[in-house]
Amino acid sequence: MSIKNYIKIKNLSKSFGDVEVLKNINLEVEEGEFFSLLGPSGCGKTTLLRILAGFEYPSEGEVFFDDANVTSLPPNLRPSNMVFQNYAIFPHINVQRNIEFGLRKENLSKDEMQKRVENALKMVQLEGYENRYSNQLSGGQRQRIALARALVKQPKVLLLDEPLGALDKKLREEMQIELRNLQKSLGITFIFVTHDQEEAMTMSDRIAVMDEGNILQVSPPKEIYHNPKNKFVSQFIGNINILGAEIKSVSNENLLIEVDCFGSMQLKNYQQIIENDRINIAIRPEEITISKISDPNYDYNFQGNVKNISFYGESTYFYVQLNNSDKILMVSKNETKEPFSENDNCFVNFSSNNLKIIKD
Amino acid sequence: MNSTIQNIYFRSDQAKAYTLLSPALILVIFAMAAPMIVMIFTSFNTQISMIEIDRTFTTGRYEDFFSKPIFSMLLFRSVKISFFVTLLTLVTTYPLAYYIAFYVKKNKMLWIVLMTLPFWTSYLLRVFSWRVILGNKGVINSALMGTGMIDEPLGFLLYNQAAVIITLSHAWAAFAILPLYVSLDKIDKSLLEASYDLGNTKFETFWRVTFPLSLPGVIGAILIIFIPTVGDYVTPQLVGGTDGRMLSNMIQSLFGRANNFPLGAASAVLMLTTVCLIAALVTYITKKVSMRMS
Amino acid sequence: MYNKNNTLFIYCVFYFAFLYIPVLLLPIFSFNDSFHMVFPLKGFTFDWYIQMWNKSRLHQALFNSIKVGIIASVVSTFIALFAAKAFTRYKVKFHGLSYGAILLPFIIPEIIIAVALIVIWTSMGLKLGLIPVTISHILFCTPFCMLILISRMEGFDKSLEEASMDLGENSFWTFWRVTFPLLLPGIIASLLLAFVISFDEFILAFFLSSSDQTLPIYMWSQLRFPKKFPHILALGAIIIIVTSLIVMTAYWLRNLGQGKKKDFSIGI
Repeated sequence: MSIKNYIKIKNLSKSFGDVEVLKNINLEVEEGEFFSLLGPSGCGKTTLLRILAGFEYPSEGEVFFDDANVTSLPPNLRPSNMVFQNYAIFPHINVQRNIEFGLRKENLSKDEMQKRVENALKMVQLEGYENRYSNQLSGGQRQRIALARALVKQPKVLLLDEPLGALDKKLREEMQIELRNLQKSLGITFIFVTHDQEEAMTMSDRIAVMDEGNILQVSPPKEIYHNPKNKFVSQFIGNINILGAEIKSVSNENLLIEVDCFGSMQLKNYQQIIENDRINIAIRPEEITISKISDPNYDYNFQGNVKNISFYGESTYFYVQLNNSDKILMVSKNETKEPFSENDNCFVNFSSNNLKIIKD
Repeated sequence: MNSTIQNIYFRSDQAKAYTLLSPALILVIFAMAAPMIVMIFTSFNTQISMIEIDRTFTTGRYEDFFSKPIFSMLLFRSVKISFFVTLLTLVTTYPLAYYIAFYVKKNKMLWIVLMTLPFWTSYLLRVFSWRVILGNKGVINSALMGTGMIDEPLGFLLYNQAAVIITLSHAWAAFAILPLYVSLDKIDKSLLEASYDLGNTKFETFWRVTFPLSLPGVIGAILIIFIPTVGDYVTPQLVGGTDGRMLSNMIQSLFGRANNFPLGAASAVLMLTTVCLIAALVTYITKKVSMRMS
Repeated sequence: MYNKNNTLFIYCVFYFAFLYIPVLLLPIFSFNDSFHMVFPLKGFTFDWYIQMWNKSRLHQALFNSIKVGIIASVVSTFIALFAAKAFTRYKVKFHGLSYGAILLPFIIPEIIIAVALIVIWTSMGLKLGLIPVTISHILFCTPFCMLILISRMEGFDKSLEEASMDLGENSFWTFWRVTFPLLLPGIIASLLLAFVISFDEFILAFFLSSSDQTLPIYMWSQLRFPKKFPHILALGAIIIIVTSLIVMTAYWLRNLGQGKKKDFSIGI
């Protein structure tokens, strides 16, 4: 069985008045994929989700579900269901009737209906909550009921609008794993909107990073982390050191550059096309090591001074000011016991193959 | 292309909105605007017999209004009484609203319900009750005479402007308490704490922070009490006597025994004009003041 | 910091007395065995309540008031429901203007509306009576109902309607299954309060009712005669108790399901 693209978005734009919130979006999402729309608030990700749900209509462009054009189909006729950011549990009816809400037209017998509701509640581990009302549920429970209410309809696509945003950190992490497992076992397409890059990274098959109405990159999490297409993506996903540099010469696949704070460096096996003389060089904090004496295993070693140390438990960040430069480098280390304290002199070491060239 | 689609969406939203609004707007146009226009036209006519009105245009009714001093006097008195009613109501209810907003911790809703409940009970009976309280054989006089503090009833309690002012202030209290309470309750308590922290006393904090922030409620209360009370009829009729008569009582008699519809209409038009001018003035001054404060 | 303020509290108690004494005086005297409302009380009697049952004009006036009140409250709640929906759901062009126009009848002196209506009604050669009274009450109640319903709708989470659409219901069924049940307490509160306003309204009915008296007009006509007003006190006592119960029900309904929302701006 070949995996096909279930959702297709073609040349889609959306404006509210004079404000263009989505600019010529093209996107394809595979069947059974856990797909995240990731971006800062106001980037257009929620609007894109609402267009998929049918609450907003695009100003231009088309949306296809399973090759059928659904661009102007109202939400009640779409094979998609949504988990709302605030869950939208109907406060005037109990959990049982909330979950049954969307099944009215399916003409199920009472037993069948009961069975569907029970299964849905079991799926979200809330058996026995049938008679509760929205105000008798915790945030996490509401979130699960919203999920059950959408899944009981057996949708082809589940749309989730920052569903974990209102939960505390611990519960959020549990739900991330649970959602991921649920999606794998049901095999339906999840479109997940979030502004939390960690959440997107841990759950998704693929992520679309959005900013100011544009999709900047669509890739699996690892690809996005290691090969960000531009400065925005690199900075939005994880921490990164970005340094200005100038190209001195290009020979074969080797590039000779002058980095603002490091001086001249050579990049090997470089294949990207360079348009400008000015470029950005980036390196992740964990790709740099810090030591008391210069470490000869790395291509480059620079002397510096530890300005700040931030301890995060599983890792520690050092902010190192390089000698003869204003530039402060972020260096991370996994060991919890660090032999450094603030204002110590140190060496930072890294290899040239970890240096990436990044577009603006 | 893009903008035309938006225009259609935009227009259709406006169409839906105005379809929903149309019953209310039709009501206002046919039951208020149109009658008012007819009222204005009538004010330029002449009553010639019990049922006949001469429809030729004349400014005679306005000349009548201003040539007989009683009319201007009643209009002025109506405004004056309303002014004092507004002032008295604000001054007496502000501490109350302040107390509920800042000191009542539990059951604020209950307090508000209790404070506004009397407003709903028959207006007529409440006003009448004041006649019973203030009258010669009324509660106050009979109580004072019963205790032997006075021998003869105090005649000055009833049938004067003060009685009208007190009664109206009682009747309209709810209209001041609610806007005042809402504006006071909205004030972020940390602003007041900040003021103390910066060295202000409680009194200074009130005048420099609390009161300016409650101004929207004060203005709301002023407008919502002043405007309707200018046209009050029941209170002056029941507790005002001759001294407390207001323009409304005159208007009523012009539509009743005196049977002069055009003059009654002219009086109503002038009352409305006066009220609008004063309301506009209050709003204008408020805007100026709040602009200067910000 | 704001724990206690005895001076203010005492002031509040006095103000409470000022508010309630005039209201409570009438029920007290309604049981007093005397034509005059004078302290000390003479003796206890139910006579005035019994007398009330035998007044056929009172019954007619009561019936008129209930008729006008029901029509006015139902019609104005309906009109207000649409208007509130328009203001909360759409960005209405000329918002301030139309909003102000609809609220205007609530603000301007009633006597001016009464004069305007009596002038247009008689100049069209129509007979005064309960019809113009009802129209004027609808005009007067609508802004009130609209404010109540707007505050209810503003607390309404739009995503609930979207959730219903998303779960397969069209707009008609979404209205009946979600919107209407959630607005119902507000709608009933609006009906009750509009009824109370109409039932209590004096000046419009005074100008426009002609010989078809409503209850306040009937009471007004009896106030001049000392021999007659004890039964008005009995009537007044009943009105006070019934309207208080209706208003408390309405307050309770308005806040039902609103959580801790404390918007009393339109609670009047």
